[in-house]
Amino acid sequence: MSSSGSARRSFLFGRAAVAAAAILAGAWLPPAHAQPAIKVGVLVASTGPLAFVGDPEAKTVKLLVEQVNRAGGVLGRPVEAVVYDTGADARQATTLARRLIENDKVDFMIGPSSSGETMAVVPIIEEAGLPLISMAAANAIIEPVKKWVFKTPHSYQQAIEKIFSDMRERGIKTVGIIAGAGGADQDCRNEAHKSAAAYGLRIAADETHAPADTDMTPQLTRIRGSGAAAILGCNTGSTSVITTRNYRQMGMKVPLYFQHGAGSQQFIDQTAGASEGVRVPVPAVLVASQLAADDPQLEIASRYAKAFKAATGEAVSAFGAYAHDALLLGLDAVRRAGSADKAKVREQLEKTSDFIGATGIYKMTAKDHMGLDQRSFKMAEIRNGAFVLVK
Amino acid sequence: MSERRGGTSNRWAILLLAGAIALLPAFLPNSFYFDLAIKAMLNALVCIGLNLMIGYAGQISLGHAAFFAIGGYASAALVAGAGLPAPLALVAGAGMSALVAFVVGRPILRLKGHYLAMATLGFGIILHTVFMRETGLTGGPDGRIVPAFAVGALRLTRLEHWYWLVGGALVLGVVVARLLVDSAFGRALRGLHDAEAAVSAVGVDVAAIKVRVFVISAVYASVAGSLFAHVERFITPGESGFIRSIEFVTMVVLGGMASTFGAIAGAAVLTVLTQVSATFADYKHIVLGTILVFTMAVMPAGIVPTLARTFSRRK
Amino acid sequence: MDDFLQFLFSGLTRGSVYAIVGIGFSIIYNASRVINFAQGEFVMIGGMVTVYLLTTWGMPLALAAVVATAAAAATAAVLEWVAVERARSATPTTIIIITIGASILIRGVVEVLLGKRDYLLPAFGSETPIVIGDASLQPQSFWVLGTLVAVALGLKFFLGSTLAGKAMLATAQNAAAARIVGINTRRVLFYSFAASGALGAIAGIVITPITLTRFDIGVMLGLKGFCASIIGGLANPFGAIAGGLGVGIIEALAGGYLSSAYQDAVAFLIILLVLMVRPQGLFSRAAVERV
Repeated sequence: MSSSGSARRSFLFGRAAVAAAAILAGAWLPPAHAQPAIKVGVLVASTGPLAFVGDPEAKTVKLLVEQVNRAGGVLGRPVEAVVYDTGADARQATTLARRLIENDKVDFMIGPSSSGETMAVVPIIEEAGLPLISMAAANAIIEPVKKWVFKTPHSYQQAIEKIFSDMRERGIKTVGIIAGAGGADQDCRNEAHKSAAAYGLRIAADETHAPADTDMTPQLTRIRGSGAAAILGCNTGSTSVITTRNYRQMGMKVPLYFQHGAGSQQFIDQTAGASEGVRVPVPAVLVASQLAADDPQLEIASRYAKAFKAATGEAVSAFGAYAHDALLLGLDAVRRAGSADKAKVREQLEKTSDFIGATGIYKMTAKDHMGLDQRSFKMAEIRNGAFVLVK
Repeated sequence: MSERRGGTSNRWAILLLAGAIALLPAFLPNSFYFDLAIKAMLNALVCIGLNLMIGYAGQISLGHAAFFAIGGYASAALVAGAGLPAPLALVAGAGMSALVAFVVGRPILRLKGHYLAMATLGFGIILHTVFMRETGLTGGPDGRIVPAFAVGALRLTRLEHWYWLVGGALVLGVVVARLLVDSAFGRALRGLHDAEAAVSAVGVDVAAIKVRVFVISAVYASVAGSLFAHVERFITPGESGFIRSIEFVTMVVLGGMASTFGAIAGAAVLTVLTQVSATFADYKHIVLGTILVFTMAVMPAGIVPTLARTFSRRK
Repeated sequence: MDDFLQFLFSGLTRGSVYAIVGIGFSIIYNASRVINFAQGEFVMIGGMVTVYLLTTWGMPLALAAVVATAAAAATAAVLEWVAVERARSATPTTIIIITIGASILIRGVVEVLLGKRDYLLPAFGSETPIVIGDASLQPQSFWVLGTLVAVALGLKFFLGSTLAGKAMLATAQNAAAARIVGINTRRVLFYSFAASGALGAIAGIVITPITLTRFDIGVMLGLKGFCASIIGGLANPFGAIAGGLGVGIIEALAGGYLSSAYQDAVAFLIILLVLMVRPQGLFSRAAVERV
């Protein structure tokens, strides 16, 4: 049935395939190390739907590792970051976590970028027994406290408290919520429901959309119909951008707030002017140049903002700050522990005190694996295409 | 063409497979590789069932990941929520998948070609949306934790141990599939593929056979899904997605349709490949896409049959 | 009532995109009996390449759009040559896999060359919403609808009044007979793919100011466009218009009045219903299969 020509072609293809496979397999073998570097495993979602989160994180890690090594490394040892892209896929995150632990034998891990991925990776971390400093925001990551798991971003509870107290100051009594179906969005929404009464607020509308929706006008229409005096956007990424654009296109005027996931210049740029007047609680680094002269975060925030801009040409984002702090917190713990021993590093992480990061000032304990409080959260309003500190 | 039928060649092939599975651990340096091997074997299990549908019966299913996910979620929800012992939850999940396949199969399998493809696709996406939406049961878009597989006081957590359970399941799956293929049912399946009208004219209940093979392939996927959930200790709606269904179909087609061992080869190759390309993270779509297009254009019969043809020096 | 208008318009807007994608499916199916799962990627190329040319090369919008459309048409033509011609005698399943592989490959190339984030195009005209009662409609939506109308009229003219169009219809009806009367069916095939690519790109360009674009937006759009063309009858490009608009409107109404989380499933529920009741589509005659 097949001519000898196609059989030959298939056979040649077979040989080429075997050769290619052998070459690829060879690429898998790790290179021999000259010095015992401190290995940091990094899981980021630098591609896929959360690329706007993971990409600045990956770039920040690269930038910081270079900086640290130029300054002589930690404990006289070079730092090596093994960075893997999870594509925001929880399944991929677990596979890569195993790879980092078993194959690359990292000393501690930072990331993943999202709450969903973090929760998926937790069982593996606990079984393997090494410190994980997550760059995701959900409360569930550190509550209840897990022995080996820490995180750097503010929780949604803190974001909600910041937003609601701002709303109360402006005399707002009713709020409409729009959130995606994802865990992080829902976490934000749940916190809003929990805290509303304490700030004299009533939830007038509670709308949900599918994770990758491209049109929020139905939800915003219903929020408008409810008469809510302000809107809380619990979503992030392209859905928050579309929400903002729809809000403007529908001619809505009530104050619009987003949770801290909107803390990036990319959000402002993509809304193309529609986000003027939107308020977002942000870590200090996004308003570095506007901080008071005696603000303890001024130096670190400014330095990081400048370095990031210089290295990447992009404006700094909250997500990069999370990575900045996660990596430096981990390395600082290694320094204080005097070695990369996992148990010792973990112990030192819990003893972190007054660590000034780009996101905030950390004070961790055995009960608190996040260590941030309201001091480091600043309320910003978007004016003329930039985040402006609201006094 | 399909493999030679016959008991002896079957027995040798199965022994060879069992031997390979038994020997492989000697070459696996750490538990990351065991994880990879387990994933490949579970994919292979799904593909064996799917191959019965696509390869032998000539029916396409672009939504098969849905059954994989039903098994996984059933195990997660029944063990964590209802306190069922894991093996029982696995059986229950398989039962659910079989039921869904039966109910959905009857009307859908009347369709042919592109229409059948679209219907199975639609079915898969609808189920995916359900898994995303029903947060109470499924944990929503972020998925949920799955309890460890436990029988009484025995807890199966180490990947090195899981390897043997999954390996055994795979061998069992192959045995069952080969028995099916060599039976009267198998002959009817092949008849379906080649000349449906003729088969129907001889009095075979074509519709019933199609539904039966659909149900069987759903059970294979469901069992694999339940095991997967317990191994990974986590399940997300992504396991039921369109891309996952396509991956399964690709494995079957790559390995060679109407070839049980081809299905295993296809699953192994594609599973390992996606992990190799994790190192070339940025280029993984390019690599995967190129391989799919290139292989299908050059070796449309699939890897195993083409290689078999080359090595047997027959026309 | 005004809520209804808001939802209706949202549905018409997205339905127009589904319709144009569906027309693309029909055209390719007519010429080659192939279902091109990479159709959605042409939509993506249209938006992404336009953004790239606009922002990185500073091209004026109109020129960028034309170049992007040409790029999509070229990609489609390459797809036809590499995948469909080579695998002419393969089973339908194999060809489906090839086009799926092609769609993954195209996504991968765009991902590497142009990046992974969302990108925005400025609206073509003003951004001030047009207010009708309590409903506000974006001007860009009119661009989308207008594009659909233009495409439909253009298609009607092309198929009905030009020789090339009639050649396409003839090839669709009976390829062998068409060859006998001297129609170059190979060229018809080639141009069908290119035209499909161009149409997809145009849809992508006009919708990007509303939905943003990203390297993977083609997946769902392609699937829903496929739904549209099946509902209308695979061989009937005008049926795809009705199918697309129908799916878009029902999707928006369901999302608005019932449950927004199940919105994505609506298109596929409709498709399942149609397939079970009238698989040949609403606007085609039932096919009789020769045994």
